[in-house]
Amino acid sequence: MAPVATTFFFYFLSALTVLSGVLVITRKNAVHSALALIVSLLGQAALYLMLYAPFVAGVQIILYAGGIMVLFLFVIMLVSIEKAQKEEQFNQQWLVGLAAALALGALFVLVYVKGRALFPDRGILMPEQSNTQQVAVLLYGNYMFTFEIASLLLLVAIIGAVVMAKKRI
Amino acid sequence: MLDYITSYLKSDLTPGSAGNLFWAFVYIVLIFLGLSVAVIAMNWLERKILAHMQVRLGPMRVGPHGLLQPIADALKLLIKEDIMPSAADPWVFWSAPLLVVITAFTVFVVVPFGPTHAVTDMNIGVLFMLGVSSLSVLGVVMAGWASNSHYPLMGALRSSAQMVSYEIAMGLAVISAVLMTSLNNEGTGTLSMIGIVQAQQAQHVWFAFKFFPLGLIAFFIFAVAMVAETNRAPFDLPEAESELTAGFHTEYSGFRWSLFFLAEYSAMIAVSSIAVTLWLGGWMRPFPNALNGETWDLVFSLVPGLTFLLLAAITFYSTARMPKHPYFKVQTIGLGGFGAVLALIGVALFIPPVRDRVQDIFWFSAKVAFSMYMYIWYRGTFPRYRFDQLMKVGWKVLLPLGIGVLVLTAIAGILF
Repeated sequence: MAPVATTFFFYFLSALTVLSGVLVITRKNAVHSALALIVSLLGQAALYLMLYAPFVAGVQIILYAGGIMVLFLFVIMLVSIEKAQKEEQFNQQWLVGLAAALALGALFVLVYVKGRALFPDRGILMPEQSNTQQVAVLLYGNYMFTFEIASLLLLVAIIGAVVMAKKRI
Repeated sequence: MLDYITSYLKSDLTPGSAGNLFWAFVYIVLIFLGLSVAVIAMNWLERKILAHMQVRLGPMRVGPHGLLQPIADALKLLIKEDIMPSAADPWVFWSAPLLVVITAFTVFVVVPFGPTHAVTDMNIGVLFMLGVSSLSVLGVVMAGWASNSHYPLMGALRSSAQMVSYEIAMGLAVISAVLMTSLNNEGTGTLSMIGIVQAQQAQHVWFAFKFFPLGLIAFFIFAVAMVAETNRAPFDLPEAESELTAGFHTEYSGFRWSLFFLAEYSAMIAVSSIAVTLWLGGWMRPFPNALNGETWDLVFSLVPGLTFLLLAAITFYSTARMPKHPYFKVQTIGLGGFGAVLALIGVALFIPPVRDRVQDIFWFSAKVAFSMYMYIWYRGTFPRYRFDQLMKVGWKVLLPLGIGVLVLTAIAGILF
């Protein structure tokens, strides 16, 4: 089926993602921030769908929105709201913040100006109908080694967390 | 316009894949109505079956054999006062039941009731179903937290821990079934719900019986995990009445509570249909190999109509057994009319074009209905787990079993 109202959906989803991203840092209540973050992540998933990457979108929803954010909420729910609301929300680090923002902005401008030269006109074509299979072939074929190293890294992180949390193993 | 509508009837694609908005809308409405009726029927059946298991009568007052009880309950819930606790977080409290209901109904977009009877066919079908239904945990957590009360918070904590733990075992079982779809000449599997059933069709086996007993173990893991995912007995700790009043929805009443109820039952139907699609052959009729050939095809295609005629016969028998007192006159007529409607549907299902279009839907629904009956059976049979037992089963039994089955399935797939 041909895509419908692509421009509208792109701007709508981008606005949703950015606005809820802003809400994440401006809300005083931590649970509201986490919920805004979920909306932002879902918006991102929808943007992946628009880029014909359904597999990435599905993984984004199942891992981030459905898995990690539930664990986030699990912890945040137990925080006393009254105490948290009295705490200072932002650090007073104007200089560092300004430098970071300028660097990121410069990067964006650079990409915008030299975008065509930096990225090839057509990347790897991934038709929607076999997207998952293509991702699998790339992950388990061409990039097998990097993929396995990444999984090893995660395993180390898990073991580290268990070692830190448990005094006696 | 008429051409646009009729042109789809000849295609062998789902309306979503064919890009026909009209039929997609029709399917959405039909699935929505069917689900609502199924939830109402489940409500009545659950009470009746549980009652008979415990040698009680169950609802008997509203309508013959309490048939109108769910409708009376729904009316009661709709006109009940809608209360929001003053200390609750209004936005989150308001949106939690909506999120739960929306996720529970959205997953039905990809459920294949037949080779063409689905709203759409997605490349990531199973992933979509698991992902969207995993969002319902958020609704539960939000409801528990926003109520700003102890029991709901405890219920939400329990349910988030439980659902996240069992999602992993569930995912591993699903992966081992998806792995089986790749055992064809091209060597690529599929996540699409329709593709998975077609793979079972091509391999002439339901995945529950593939690589015996590996498929059966994976199905067992999924069957346990899906009960835990939907917070049903014996894993109904998030709403354990004796400990937590009603768990995460303690503070909800009236319409909002009924949304949670609706979501719970449609989520049960959703996970059951994942199980049916992945392991029980989806829309395929039973015994496609042992009893094949034209004659058996005809015999099995008559089953839907015969089932409805049997139901009608039971209804007529009950009508004849109604008390003869004038007080029951309206009820007797109503029950007789219900039987007549069932008989009419049964006769309509014998018409060849209808028969061919509908039998896929019938077999799929029959398998899902069997799974729903199992849910009620579990509830009538098993005592509730303790929370540490629940975690032990999830992490120390189902998870290693799932990894083992996955590895063995991969090895078996290469060897055979």
